[in-house]
Amino acid sequence: MTIEEKHQVLLQINGLHKEYDGTTVLDDINLSIHKGEVVVILGPSGCGKSTLLRCMNGLEKIQGGEIVFSGKDLTDKNVDWQNTRQQIGMVFQNYDLFPHMTVMENVLLGPVKVQKRDKAESLEQAEQLLKRVGLFERKDAYPRQLSGGQKQRIAIVRALCMNPQIMLFDEVTAALDPEMVREVLDVMLGLAKQGMTMMIVTHEMGFAKAVADRIIFIDAGKICEIATPDEFFSNPTTERAKQFLNIFQY
Amino acid sequence: MEINWAFIVSNLPLYEKAAWLTLKLSILGIALSLVIGMLCSVILFYRTKGLVRLVQAYIEVSRNTPLLIQLFFLYYGLTKVGLTMSENTCAIIGLAFLGGSYMAEAFRGGIESVSKSQLESGLSIGLSNFQLIRYVILPQAFAVTLPSLGANCIFLLKETSIVGAIAIPELMHITQDLIGIYYQTFEALLMLVVSYLVMLLPLSIALTWLERKVRYAQFGN
Amino acid sequence: MLNSGINVIIEGVNMQRLLLGLAVTVRIAFISIILGSLLGILLGLIRTSKSKVITFICRVYLEVFRIIPILVWLFIVYFGVTNLLNIHLDGEIVALIIFSLWGAAEMSDIVRGALESLPKHQMESGLALGLSFWELYRYILIPQAVRRMLPGAINLSTRMVKTTSLVVMIGVIDVVKVGQQIIERSFTLLFVIRCPSGQKNWKLNGRIK
Repeated sequence: MTIEEKHQVLLQINGLHKEYDGTTVLDDINLSIHKGEVVVILGPSGCGKSTLLRCMNGLEKIQGGEIVFSGKDLTDKNVDWQNTRQQIGMVFQNYDLFPHMTVMENVLLGPVKVQKRDKAESLEQAEQLLKRVGLFERKDAYPRQLSGGQKQRIAIVRALCMNPQIMLFDEVTAALDPEMVREVLDVMLGLAKQGMTMMIVTHEMGFAKAVADRIIFIDAGKICEIATPDEFFSNPTTERAKQFLNIFQY
Repeated sequence: MEINWAFIVSNLPLYEKAAWLTLKLSILGIALSLVIGMLCSVILFYRTKGLVRLVQAYIEVSRNTPLLIQLFFLYYGLTKVGLTMSENTCAIIGLAFLGGSYMAEAFRGGIESVSKSQLESGLSIGLSNFQLIRYVILPQAFAVTLPSLGANCIFLLKETSIVGAIAIPELMHITQDLIGIYYQTFEALLMLVVSYLVMLLPLSIALTWLERKVRYAQFGN
Repeated sequence: MLNSGINVIIEGVNMQRLLLGLAVTVRIAFISIILGSLLGILLGLIRTSKSKVITFICRVYLEVFRIIPILVWLFIVYFGVTNLLNIHLDGEIVALIIFSLWGAAEMSDIVRGALESLPKHQMESGLALGLSFWELYRYILIPQAVRRMLPGAINLSTRMVKTTSLVVMIGVIDVVKVGQQIIERSFTLLFVIRCPSGQKNWKLNGRIK
């Protein structure tokens, strides 16, 4: 990746405003994410960080502001969400694999049925990705036969198979047993090293520090602080961020 | 007490015919009620404006009136306003009217059993509405719905016992006739019970098996 | 049409017959719901017992009522039992017997389901407190089970009220004499008394959820 590409803005959020039944959840969010950048969003529970991710991919409607994704305004009424979502991969907390399909069927549903790509070519890509996350042998298993960590790795592959331009991770390790967190984080770290653009919501501070190019700290629906991980963890400027980080010191 | 076997043997064909009639009416009624139920649940799922209230009203009426009254209404009531239908047509429409609401509830239960996060992860890989129903909702809802659909089929087959009230020569009706004409009460009743057991026992056992299978095969996430 | 309908209902004899018929159905339903519930609760408690034989017998009793249509049961007792024992049973008595027994069978399943749905630790922590068997049921299990039973029990009652219309078939109310006109009108009336009971059930279910 050239320096120029690295500075190309992929996702631009301007003055985003979101409310549920009159209660403001996100207020005046401004953020731009460059190609190849890894942004980690931190903040206390209920601060709106998951909602922010869900807005990026149209699962939540916003009441104000704009989201521009690779030149397209996503707040436009005529936006083709089906097409847009193919370029924005998302992985959820509850690793919702489709329980009635095998791993391979789960992974191929997007490329073959949605994108109508060549089956052989999709299969080859899927196999490669499964190998990369170390689950090629389980390609014919059903989700119920897999552990939580395995399911989550498959969910990541399912999203990657669409060749998205950006990946959103919504607390993907929060529902996992502690010993399985690592395997999922390793996959994400690998992706980051390959230059994937990522927005990550997480509670794993060590991971955030290792993977992030920038840390966004959100509290009560507002961005409080944007900093490099080094600055943020060693020397947070806001009082809220200091308090937040203190919780994790034991 | 002596059982009059000769009487039983000589009347077996009568019962066989009546049982086939019962089956035929139930199958047609069930098929029609599946269609009605499917339509209603789709309307409720998409919250189609204007139709939702209609469907809700239909479900209330259908669930809160006995089939017997529905049949009398169709058979005697509609004749009075000039709409005459054959007994069998009345029976099938009655069964479908009753069964439609039960089937709708079964389908609704199935659709609601698919969690919201399943829908979201389907959307997030770019599935269209139709693809979401085809690949995500239906396969999962089907497994949950199957036992309730089976139970409804048995329920409707049992309800068919009532259509004799509008002069259809099904099992109840011929039993009553035989008792009235020949006073062979025990034999007639015996054949009646056996006929129903022959039809219902296999279904009931199959349903129990199905319920257990679905419970164990629950996909679990 | 509507006007003439109301006239037919209000005309002296018809009105009387209609109300009489309704009174009979409601009476049968009311008494069998009470008898059935009492017997059903008892059976339900018995069904949670550990003895395989007892639970099996209770299960067979339930299945026998579930598999064979209620109308067939009415016929069996109305024509069969009276014939066999050579006694005359009034149609209303037959209806009371069958509906009570059926109600008891279904009720026992509701009670069993409710008791078994209680988390096991409820019973264990009761025992740990040193409660006796009866105290355990009286103070811990039954109060919790009742809440879970309620929707099912009300649903069952609605079904029983609905099904009592079958008594027409064993001559408790003489349809032929009352005539087609009345049946047509009673459709409206039956709907009027039945609909509220269904509504209530729906509301209650909503609240419990």
